[in-house]
Amino acid sequence: MRAALEVADQQYVTEVHMLRSKIKAIRRSVLEMSAAAESGLHIGASLSCVDIIATLYFMKMRHSPYRPDWKDRDRFILSKGHAAPALYAVLAEAGYFPKEELKTVRALNSRLQGHPDLRTPGVDAPSGSLGQGISIGIGMAIAAKQRGSKSRIYVLIGDGECDEGQIWESLATAANLKLDNLVLIVDRNGWQLDGRTEEIKRKVPLTGKIKSFGWEAYSVNGHDIEKILDVLDLCELAEGPVAIIAHTLKGKGVQFMEDTNEGHKMRLSNEQYMDALKELEEAY
Amino acid sequence: MRAIFGEALTRLGSMNHEVVVLTGDVAKSTGVMGFAKAYPDRFFNIGISEQDIVGIASGLALSGKVPYVVLFAPFLMRAWEQVRSTVARASLNVKMVGTHAGLSASDEGSSHQALEDVAIMRALPNMTVLVPGDRREIAEATEAIAEVNGPVYMRLGRDENVSFLEGDRVFRIGRAVPLSDGHDIAVFSNGAITAEVIRAVEGAKISAKVVHVPSVKPIDRETVVAAARETGRVVCVEEHSVIGGLGSAVAELLSVEYPVPVRRLGVDDAFGESGTNRELLRKHGLLAECISAALAEIIGRGAS
Repeated sequence: MRAALEVADQQYVTEVHMLRSKIKAIRRSVLEMSAAAESGLHIGASLSCVDIIATLYFMKMRHSPYRPDWKDRDRFILSKGHAAPALYAVLAEAGYFPKEELKTVRALNSRLQGHPDLRTPGVDAPSGSLGQGISIGIGMAIAAKQRGSKSRIYVLIGDGECDEGQIWESLATAANLKLDNLVLIVDRNGWQLDGRTEEIKRKVPLTGKIKSFGWEAYSVNGHDIEKILDVLDLCELAEGPVAIIAHTLKGKGVQFMEDTNEGHKMRLSNEQYMDALKELEEAY
Repeated sequence: MRAIFGEALTRLGSMNHEVVVLTGDVAKSTGVMGFAKAYPDRFFNIGISEQDIVGIASGLALSGKVPYVVLFAPFLMRAWEQVRSTVARASLNVKMVGTHAGLSASDEGSSHQALEDVAIMRALPNMTVLVPGDRREIAEATEAIAEVNGPVYMRLGRDENVSFLEGDRVFRIGRAVPLSDGHDIAVFSNGAITAEVIRAVEGAKISAKVVHVPSVKPIDRETVVAAARETGRVVCVEEHSVIGGLGSAVAELLSVEYPVPVRRLGVDDAFGESGTNRELLRKHGLLAECISAALAEIIGRGAS
């Protein structure tokens, strides 16, 4: 018994180590895309949630790039669709499509549209218009239950996105239906298009608001993958929908844009790209 | 209409186990209580939150279900952006049924009268837009839309109960139904208003080719163009704004394929108001006698 636990512990350490090296590669992909896309892309919002998405795909979700339409797979909905580069980089790393394709993001005829679209292998739901992901997740959660499937549904929204009324409609619905196969993650980076989230429209107390709708809710450092994993484990024990408020930094990992709105939508210059790569090397 | 639809939906539920019905606190008013009682595990009253409902339907469709979203037509429009961005863009298999459309919500007033729904739904790529009117046609359409893969908007009224189609199978998506032969004028209409058109033509001394067009998108190009060719003059009648509905669809088609004068009868770029259904139809020129007078005027003008 003790030996078995030791093996499990060691395996966990190995897996976390492997996840870290994958995240490094994924972050590099996001930077490459940011330098490649001519009109720029939402790099700040992608870098704030990339650790969360990678942790889900490589440590938590049951899915297969060889069977993207496997019925009993877990699903991921990127409701904050402007962070598409983060999702694309993760999907490519997971093997859904060749990594070389990443640099075609936002180009004419590319399978990698500016915002998530079903033409991309591995994308479970279209998004881009904010506020709709939880509702879509509810539909998937209901369908899974009707099929008797163990499939779990993960929805990632932004904190700015919480301005949308539909978010609160759907929070009420999910609690009412006691959907214990639905997990919401809020990328709480504190910024939206026009400025600080609390200045545009106050979100605080976000955790309290979500709890008051009948959800369990937890806070976590959204860049600490072990903490993210712990709380994702916890979600599996819940008897209803669970929300994770992931505290993150917009533009995480690139000094000049970290926790600013500099990188809301931009193209990295060659110099910025080289500096960012150097930072990445030093951090990992 | 809603009662006929409700019965058909319950029947469909017994044949197709993937059908799921979603509504927003209008289960009794839209006629879906029969389905709710027969299949409680496939029925969801989500409450008064149309945007959420369309999103949930999208998720169900993405997981292989066949969701029917049943709402009052005017308030389904509240979720038009969700329909555009998610349902239509990804061509999801969501069936949307809007009841109480046109002037049928009558005394409720203009807030409850959907006169623009066909226009805005028709503008969406991938969307099928249907306006059945005959009782058997409504029942058949309710089942037929489950057979096609893709988004559908089906527009219904409230209490109309008319029967004007004959034959074994009266409805097919994309098919228009000629109801009479005539050479002076072609009259295209849909919904229960076709019953008024038939009466209008029967009473008048004109030779009109009446064509019922329940499928606004896709439209039956062949039948519409042939009728225009045979008569050289076209009138469209609908319980909808004259902007963007059946009349526009016919005019768009004919302007390219066979340009002839097209007159559109409907609500003339205005909102409705409270009144009885008959009063409102009369006010907007949609009762048989009004249509009959309009046809005579159009033909008379053309001859002089």
